[in-house]
Amino acid sequence: MSDVYVVGIDMIRFGRHADKTVVQLAAEAALLAFDDCGVGIKDIQALYSGNIGETMTGQRTLQLIGQTGIPVVNCTNACATGATAFREGWTAIKAGLFDTVLCIGVEKMAPGMIVKKKVGNEPLPAEGLIGSETMPAVFSMVGLEHSRKYGTTLQQFAKVSVKNHHHSTFNPKSMYQKETPLEEVMGSEMIAYPNTKLMCSVNVDGAAAAVLMSEKRARERGLLGRAVRIRASALASDAWSERNQVMQDVNTVSRQAARSAYEMAGVGPADLDLVELHDCFATAEILHYENLGLCADGEGGRLIDDGDTALGGRVPVNVSGGLLSKGHPLGATGIANIYEVATHLRGEAGKRQVKGARIGLTHVVGLGSACAVHILEKV
Amino acid sequence: MQQNPTQQNPMPRDASQHAASQPLKPATSYTRIAADGQPYLEGSRCAECAAVFLGSREHCGRCGIRAHMQSIRLSERGRLYNYTIVYRSYPGIKVPFISAIVDLDGGGTVKGNLLEIDPDPQALHFDMPVRMVFRGAELATADGVGHVAHFFVPDGKLP
Repeated sequence: MSDVYVVGIDMIRFGRHADKTVVQLAAEAALLAFDDCGVGIKDIQALYSGNIGETMTGQRTLQLIGQTGIPVVNCTNACATGATAFREGWTAIKAGLFDTVLCIGVEKMAPGMIVKKKVGNEPLPAEGLIGSETMPAVFSMVGLEHSRKYGTTLQQFAKVSVKNHHHSTFNPKSMYQKETPLEEVMGSEMIAYPNTKLMCSVNVDGAAAAVLMSEKRARERGLLGRAVRIRASALASDAWSERNQVMQDVNTVSRQAARSAYEMAGVGPADLDLVELHDCFATAEILHYENLGLCADGEGGRLIDDGDTALGGRVPVNVSGGLLSKGHPLGATGIANIYEVATHLRGEAGKRQVKGARIGLTHVVGLGSACAVHILEKV
Repeated sequence: MQQNPTQQNPMPRDASQHAASQPLKPATSYTRIAADGQPYLEGSRCAECAAVFLGSREHCGRCGIRAHMQSIRLSERGRLYNYTIVYRSYPGIKVPFISAIVDLDGGGTVKGNLLEIDPDPQALHFDMPVRMVFRGAELATADGVGHVAHFFVPDGKLP
């Protein structure tokens, strides 16, 4: 089976794009990815499109940039949607079906809190009656479970937000580029204890796209120079865990996907030069340090205290600014974090460049649950 | 992404005010009313692997065995495993409130609002004993009129 390469990848600046439609944003990202590697729509043999809010997004995107009649697959997998679309493209090239495919992730979001769709046959909306199911509440519980086990403090969780907002000041494609000192993070409005407003990711509009190629085609086109090799692509669903029916468990699914990815790549956490992980809330980042094996269980709090995950630290995490500051357009996030790691591996990340980066990992979790982990390597 | 219905008022404050009129309906798919009129929560236990689930189900999500589930009545006593204090919720929901995760004696884990204690991390302790009570659902949400729902209170502090 051929190795699969990212030959072109880009994202639009995340933010509010009120005057643009979902598919206009998707088209913009696709053309940026084309221009990144000098291909055109006629080179693309299949499209894998990730979007949650609308239907047939892939086909409608092609209506704007070229209706060539290629197969289109529309994917939805909660916040792992973009990464799932990317992985479908990888799978198709691995299988030998195609040599060049396009993967897009896109979303337009209403500002403020996500209101969950009612599913199943419950007689009443559960929110406020049977506890809470808001995203901040879910991830606050996830954090407090860590506090229960290891004594992790509100201050340690808040430091994640300080770090990621600081990182975003070096990223021109981030929604926010603003320092948020610890007192400001801890003193902002409490949304669900212990997550304050500045510890919640920003719901924004965004799109990201990647052109993937087989080794043969990338070589023929002379594109291996800036290409990034996909060393692993892993996807897991949530295995049964004790309280999962009433309390979301993002740990079990993350550990499973991480284990598969490390095994496929033949590398371990110590080999990683940078990580983009799913910091949808500040509490989540600390757990994922442990889920991805960046430190031993119970040491996530110490990792943030010691600055190990800050730019310049042992293993920088979310140097893009993360979902907390760069923004979190659900369907786009999974490809945007691959863009970030690829940009560092290419040595093109400017002021936030992780020096000498050779191997990086991306991680996203879609609640319900799906986890996708990719390991990328500089060619 | 649908919007929650907004708050309506005024609402009766307690389920007992309905007692004279008509029986209350269950607020969740796993709330049951026993023959004596007493509400309880239904669970299922897998006869093969002993996993406990909320509500009735035919097959086991843990071990995958088919048609070996037993219906059980979940205990009303348990311990606070985890919580969050919700300060911002959907439109129309009264805040703050405590969203609690309770491990029940004898198996099963249930989510519900923890009442009759300050919504303050200083007042809440992991593993504190709590007890399930059933009250009118309108206590928590305007949509709840005519329904009975489970809540938790600190154990030994029943009204």
